Amino acid sequence: MATNVNPTRMELTRLKKRLNTAVRGHKLLKDKRDEMVRQFMLHIRRNYDLRLEVEKALQEVASRFSLAKAQMGVLRISESLLYPARAAVFEVGVHNVMSVDVPTVKYTGGEDVADIPYAFTFTSSSLDNAVMELSQYLPKLLELAEVEKICNLLAAEIEKTRRRVNALEYVMIPEMQESIKYITMKLEENDRASTVRLMKAKEMMAKAEVKAKAAEQKKAM
Amino acid sequence: MKKRKIAVIGDPSSVMIFKAIGLDVFYEEQPAKIERRIHYLADNNYAVIYITEKAAIQVQEAIAMYATATFPAIIPIPSDTGSLGLGMKQLKANVEKAVGADILFKEG
Repeated sequence: MATNVNPTRMELTRLKKRLNTAVRGHKLLKDKRDEMVRQFMLHIRRNYDLRLEVEKALQEVASRFSLAKAQMGVLRISESLLYPARAAVFEVGVHNVMSVDVPTVKYTGGEDVADIPYAFTFTSSSLDNAVMELSQYLPKLLELAEVEKICNLLAAEIEKTRRRVNALEYVMIPEMQESIKYITMKLEENDRASTVRLMKAKEMMAKAEVKAKAAEQKKAM
Repeated sequence: MKKRKIAVIGDPSSVMIFKAIGLDVFYEEQPAKIERRIHYLADNNYAVIYITEKAAIQVQEAIAMYATATFPAIIPIPSDTGSLGLGMKQLKANVEKAVGADILFKEG
């Protein structure tokens, strides 16, 4: 690789500048990666706990719901749930974690969980319970969405950053160092060559002068 | 910015209940339709799409398309027949991708 660069001083300065940049970039990216991993560890733990909790809760809700379905029949249930009594209240924003845009989803509905979208006349209590329980878990559900998305995005970004760090550390920087070494060696070699040539030329000139002087002396005698 | 919404995709018996808490529910069971629904929702300002694992497993490709976008967040949830472990698998995959080894689940 190193042999196909021009051994010139201009190339050397350029390479040195690039090496400097690469080293600085490497350090920065490494710091970025470390911080992202730290953030990721914080979020992934929360993600794990939330997922366990939400999955368990949803299964409970599902079993209650199927009980209600058995008691009331599918048609009646879909009729009762046809019209939602309330919209889910939440805020969505974008938050920046180490230059990764992550979403924030926040439940802003307050504590009024007792909203049931149907009349109690023809519905069973299992359905009420299922709905209440589910609405209780809505904030958790939203948080899970947020945290899981953050983890997804961070994981992808960490992988990318790590590749960049490794590429810099194991390919770019060594390659440039080798090129720089090659150019300096080549330049030194050229220097030596020209010094030797000069010395040789000087010697030859001195010899010629001595000869000329000797010839002159002979002539004079 | 327009208001972002939340959707739920799945078979009726699993996701009907989400209607009661005010999320937008879509009943889809065929892979092609689920896929189309996901793209449609992503284009229509949905911030979060909950999808049953049963449905998610059929449309992994479409989900992967949105993995690196900020919105929408596509979150698998267990369906009425129980969890398939897809969510946990994804979580584990994330850990391995980020750290290089599964360090989270060994300890606990």
